[in-house]
Amino acid sequence: MRALVAMSGGVDSSVAAALAKEAGWEVLGVTMKLWKGPGGEAPTSGCCTVSDAEDARRVAAHLDIPYYVWDYTSEFMSGVVDGFIDDYISGKTPNPCVECNRTVKFSRLMAHAEALDCDRVVTGHYARIESDGDLFRLRRGVDPAKDQSYVLSMLGQKQLAGLWFPVGELTKAETRHIAADLGIRTADKADSQDICFVGTGDYRDFLASQGVNPAPGPIVDKDGTLLGVHHGITNFTIGQRRGLGVSVGEPRYVVRIDPITSTVTVGSREDLGVSQAVLSDMSWVHRPVTGSLAAQYRAHGSAVEAEVEQTAGAVQVRFAEPQLAVARGQTLALYRDDEVVGGGIIHTVSRAAAPPG
Amino acid sequence: MRYLDHAASSPLRPEAWEAMAPFRSDDYGNPSGGHAVSRRAKNALENARDSISEMLNADPLEIIFTGGGTEADNLAVKGAAFDGGGRGGIVTTPIEHDAVLRSASFVESFGCPLNIVKVDTDGLVDPAEVASHVTPATAVVSIMMGNNETGIRQPIEETVRAVKDVRPSVTFHTDAVQGYVSERIDVQRLKVDLLSLAAHKFGGPKGVGLLYARSGIRLEPLIHGGGQELGRRSGTHNVMAAVGMAAAMEALEAERESFRMRVAAERDAFEATLADLAPGAVFTAAGSSRMVQTSHVRIPGIRNEVLLARLDLAGVAASAASACQSGAATVSHVLEAMGMTPAEARECLRFSFGWSTPAGEGVEAARLVAREAEALG
Repeated sequence: MRALVAMSGGVDSSVAAALAKEAGWEVLGVTMKLWKGPGGEAPTSGCCTVSDAEDARRVAAHLDIPYYVWDYTSEFMSGVVDGFIDDYISGKTPNPCVECNRTVKFSRLMAHAEALDCDRVVTGHYARIESDGDLFRLRRGVDPAKDQSYVLSMLGQKQLAGLWFPVGELTKAETRHIAADLGIRTADKADSQDICFVGTGDYRDFLASQGVNPAPGPIVDKDGTLLGVHHGITNFTIGQRRGLGVSVGEPRYVVRIDPITSTVTVGSREDLGVSQAVLSDMSWVHRPVTGSLAAQYRAHGSAVEAEVEQTAGAVQVRFAEPQLAVARGQTLALYRDDEVVGGGIIHTVSRAAAPPG
Repeated sequence: MRYLDHAASSPLRPEAWEAMAPFRSDDYGNPSGGHAVSRRAKNALENARDSISEMLNADPLEIIFTGGGTEADNLAVKGAAFDGGGRGGIVTTPIEHDAVLRSASFVESFGCPLNIVKVDTDGLVDPAEVASHVTPATAVVSIMMGNNETGIRQPIEETVRAVKDVRPSVTFHTDAVQGYVSERIDVQRLKVDLLSLAAHKFGGPKGVGLLYARSGIRLEPLIHGGGQELGRRSGTHNVMAAVGMAAAMEALEAERESFRMRVAAERDAFEATLADLAPGAVFTAAGSSRMVQTSHVRIPGIRNEVLLARLDLAGVAASAASACQSGAATVSHVLEAMGMTPAEARECLRFSFGWSTPAGEGVEAARLVAREAEALG
């Protein structure tokens, strides 16, 4: 049985490769080149740099497995980066890691793995796939601090059948331990916290570097009173408190971003509360599930109680309690206990006493 | 393992290995010294130089040892452009090796005018067109003898003539790193002023090459130091490697005709077999003048990276374009200049043959390529 391991150079995918090999699989390692600098060169800061590819290559050499680097820069550009920019321009908050999983990792890469007669694609994600008869279940990883099931919520049966997440059964500490025992040099490597194509910089600098030049506009309060002027809606995300440039004596948060009028509306913490979200691009792990579920609407947030309904193709999620910082463009993953049942993108949100926006 | 990537590098010829052996233990002297130990090293280095210059029909003083083909290209372009503190212009093609193109854009950033001559869909230049790009500001014209990706062979002799007719004083450089593998070179017949070679393409060691520089041609050195190579390339000589390079060249020239026939036979048999088994395959520039060692193929509908990985797992070594620092294949600037779309360029692979290619390898490799391509189809 042959497995293709997506190796980023980090400790999780390194250990995933080692575990697959230890389990007797014929392992192939691949690093996906996703981003390039202006001269076509691989980045040297952030994630997925030349140095990371070198780490992956060394681990592959240590494990004695074939290793390739494949160029996915054009798929990444059209599948992830273009959408990232478009989302900010339309006042949404994108989740590029989710889009990368959707359009590159768990589609193109899986297709290429099949082309190489691989039975599984292995990654270093912290999540678990369980087979229950003919059914595949996606569960949170064992380590609650590292669980990544949220960014995997777009996966369906066909993909789950072809995937394996070896480190999902481990805690991060255990993963590092295994790496150290195996003599893998990335055992102590720090986890990357950045968006791989933004690196250590700010997403706003990235947008500027891509020629995004949004119009200035008004900052208003809920009544429409002008509070100040901003230099582009892309500088703001829902729930943002700092850098608003307004002071009204109490904390103010971005509660709405209107791309058409370039208006940023700020309000109090209470005003941030969202009671309902409508999802688009919905995908179900097995089949639609409605009723009382838990909804996670941020990568690093807990799941909250919600009632889920599906009408005419759209999925409505009504939160039991108003939720703060629910941003359009973010993924919302639905859970039943620790099992992912599906995920979609937040399309519209509504507050208890306000029209949808 | 079937090795079809000789254009990337070729195994070390036994003659080269044997010639290099004494330098492991006995001949360790620095050629630039005055005592007997140094003299031995110096004599060995100069014997290598004499032999090389004879094979190229050049004068020994016209051979500059470098650290490889890339360095030779750099010295040719930058050395000619910056000669005497000048900012001489470059005329070149868009299908040159990056060692020429990036050197050219580097000097351009210092104010040297850069003039790129268009190539046709096979990558060929028109001699008259090259000449028409030469101006009083031109310091050097650089046109490669043969392209490392596609195998296309440029009309160097005619182009030199056309250029020298227009401006006899302009320096003509040719990157012969691949070209020399395919044919013997006589610099007096070619009439080029600068010519780059890399040892590891013809069975010599890596890390050594040479720039032929016609006497009278002045070059601003890139590497300053103790003044070796008449001040043009300082640094203690890699005597072992220079000796290995000369020995590899001698071995190549000793079997030049049979090498050409053998390698061409394998390449042609590869193409004939593949054309038969994979009728959709398109052979680049097959109708134009090509070097003997290279076959460049486009297999429509198949992403080259994936086919190369399958071939690797099946024991066939081949390549596509050049690799970037991370190891990923880049989209070829050569194919782009020839009018291919990025999507078409991603379907292209290069297979190349060399001195150690066994008889029958071409046919067998083609069968494997067809089989693996079919598995992906």
